[in-house]
Amino acid sequence: MDLFEYQGKQYFARFGIPISKGGVADTVDEAVARAEDAGYPVVVKAQVKVGGRGKAGGVKLAADAAEVRTHAGAILGLDIKGHVVKRLWIEHASDIAKEYYASFTLDRSAKKHLGMLSAEGGVEIEEVAATNPDAIALLHVDPVDGLSLEAAREWVARATLDPAAREQAAELLVRLYACFTEGDCDLAEVNPLILTPEGRVHALDAKVTLDDNAAFRHPEWEEFAGTDVEDEREARARARGLNYIGLSGSVGIIANGAGLAMSTLDVVNQVGGSAANFLDIGGGANADVMAAALEVINSDPAVLSILVNIFGGITRVDEVAKGVLEALDRVDISSPIVLRLDGTNAEAGRQILAPHLSDRLVAEPTMLDAARRAVALAGGQS
Amino acid sequence: MSIFVDERTNVVIQGISPTSQGLYHGLRNRAYGTRVVAGTNPKRGGEEIEGIPVFATVAEAVEATGANASFISVPPKFAADAIVEAAAAGVPFVVCITEGIPAQDEAVTYNRLVREFPGTRLLGPNCPGIISPGKCNIGITSGDIALAGGPVGIVSRSGTLTYQALHELSQQGVGQTSCVGIGGDPVPGTSFIDCLAAFEADPDTRAIMMIGEIGGSAEEEAAEFITGSVTKPVVSYVAGVTAPPGRKMGHAGAIISGSKGTAQAKMEALSAAGVTVALNPTEAGEAMVDVVRALG
Repeated sequence: MDLFEYQGKQYFARFGIPISKGGVADTVDEAVARAEDAGYPVVVKAQVKVGGRGKAGGVKLAADAAEVRTHAGAILGLDIKGHVVKRLWIEHASDIAKEYYASFTLDRSAKKHLGMLSAEGGVEIEEVAATNPDAIALLHVDPVDGLSLEAAREWVARATLDPAAREQAAELLVRLYACFTEGDCDLAEVNPLILTPEGRVHALDAKVTLDDNAAFRHPEWEEFAGTDVEDEREARARARGLNYIGLSGSVGIIANGAGLAMSTLDVVNQVGGSAANFLDIGGGANADVMAAALEVINSDPAVLSILVNIFGGITRVDEVAKGVLEALDRVDISSPIVLRLDGTNAEAGRQILAPHLSDRLVAEPTMLDAARRAVALAGGQS
Repeated sequence: MSIFVDERTNVVIQGISPTSQGLYHGLRNRAYGTRVVAGTNPKRGGEEIEGIPVFATVAEAVEATGANASFISVPPKFAADAIVEAAAAGVPFVVCITEGIPAQDEAVTYNRLVREFPGTRLLGPNCPGIISPGKCNIGITSGDIALAGGPVGIVSRSGTLTYQALHELSQQGVGQTSCVGIGGDPVPGTSFIDCLAAFEADPDTRAIMMIGEIGGSAEEEAAEFITGSVTKPVVSYVAGVTAPPGRKMGHAGAIISGSKGTAQAKMEALSAAGVTVALNPTEAGEAMVDVVRALG
């Protein structure tokens, strides 16, 4: 789960990482109140989970209450790359002497934690990596040992942070690492990490991605749930416990297993169609799950045909076939369905389906044939 | 021959109880012919479940039964401890199918095994397990879609695509030496490279099928390894050509970040390594059948 900036900063604060004084506002009046608390001048920042908000007019400096009113009014409701601003973060504006970059993530190749630190912050780190890779000081941390203050001190020196910033930065990095590990983040990024003219180091932005798998040991994450503006179809699927991702095509996809679902998308694309979604129903594939999956897909007006691609392993295909028929009794589906059922007990499954097949319920022997048929029914090229 | 497990493998099921996933899958594995010799449960030491003797700890189970492989399907919050317990008891091969283990736990566990228990190989987590057809099946793969006798070794990041691959080959009469699901998580205990090296060293494996997916750089690293160290023909398929960036496609590890981890880049790297790259699982199966027929 990606956090909004304000959530990321509040998460940072729990681990003792210094942030600017500020607060959240959903209205212009709230924005003024938060600004009074933070102390002028303040920065009014749009809370959206997309980059480039500064260029889009989503970040403004305000010297007094009148300016806060003007900017908050303009930014609330602003559309930034398809994300409508519903919430603001108002914080005391910091004077900036230097901007740095710091982050922790997992290096999947090295199977270690990877810290990235640069004296050239404030810009996209991908840009620095492309134009001046030597400006990024990398540090691999063994997850068993963790990051010591000594190692952090060597690191900030190697990254050539200004001497005045080094000790505070090293301490902040140890706290950021604690946030990353104990806080179960996939990514904990500060860009920029700033040095003020008065010699203070603190986080001016926060980009945090939480590891959903760790939610069981973070009851406090509850407060982050439901703040995300998500695709309506995805919200419906989530409510039914389905692993669904909305896409923009016209062939609805139901498959068992993430790999097979991904592969089904690919094959639909190869034969000239496009998928309306990714949907993995997992190992179960019983009537309840199938009915829920069909309901979600049926509610997407862009869907013109539905491709059900099941490979029975533990899941027996005859059970799946019964599940499909039972689900069809319960749900009124507006698009034709193409079934590809293979694997354990496939023959028995096909026999169960045979008497029910029609031009609205079609069976095909292979994944490729099924994809072709589904794409044709959706009006594609095949 | 086969890799990692065979007819001499003795399996202990960790966290066994009458209602556990471990027992359910373990009984299926036993019905396939796998030697399931023990179970563990701290509260049930001394009991017997479905004819399987239960011990309080893995160490006791190893001592009493000579178990040399363990099977873990306990919930995510207990999985890391279970893996370390097996390793500490000297179990050389640990299969963990548990899905949903926090990445931080996986990273710590992986590095602990490397440093403290280098004699233990972990397969998974979040994987379907391993089957050496006709000899041993640990995990959730359905034994009847596999065909014994070789000559193909399969390694895959995806469960259902593994079954699909087994099925396509078996239907054409092409058998398998071993089929290894390494799992879809960010820090798998066993990598493509580990399996490629084992298949390369296994005299009965004459061709290798490798099934990858988006995310990370494991396929690119495998391609580099194939270039330098694999002489046997390799057929590959990578799922997720049409996956959108920034979205996890089911598996925790299957995510395109920026321009990294795309299926296209992986397929290009594999092609450059001399691998036959198929565009879908069916095509991969057909390509492998051709490769095997050409081997004579």
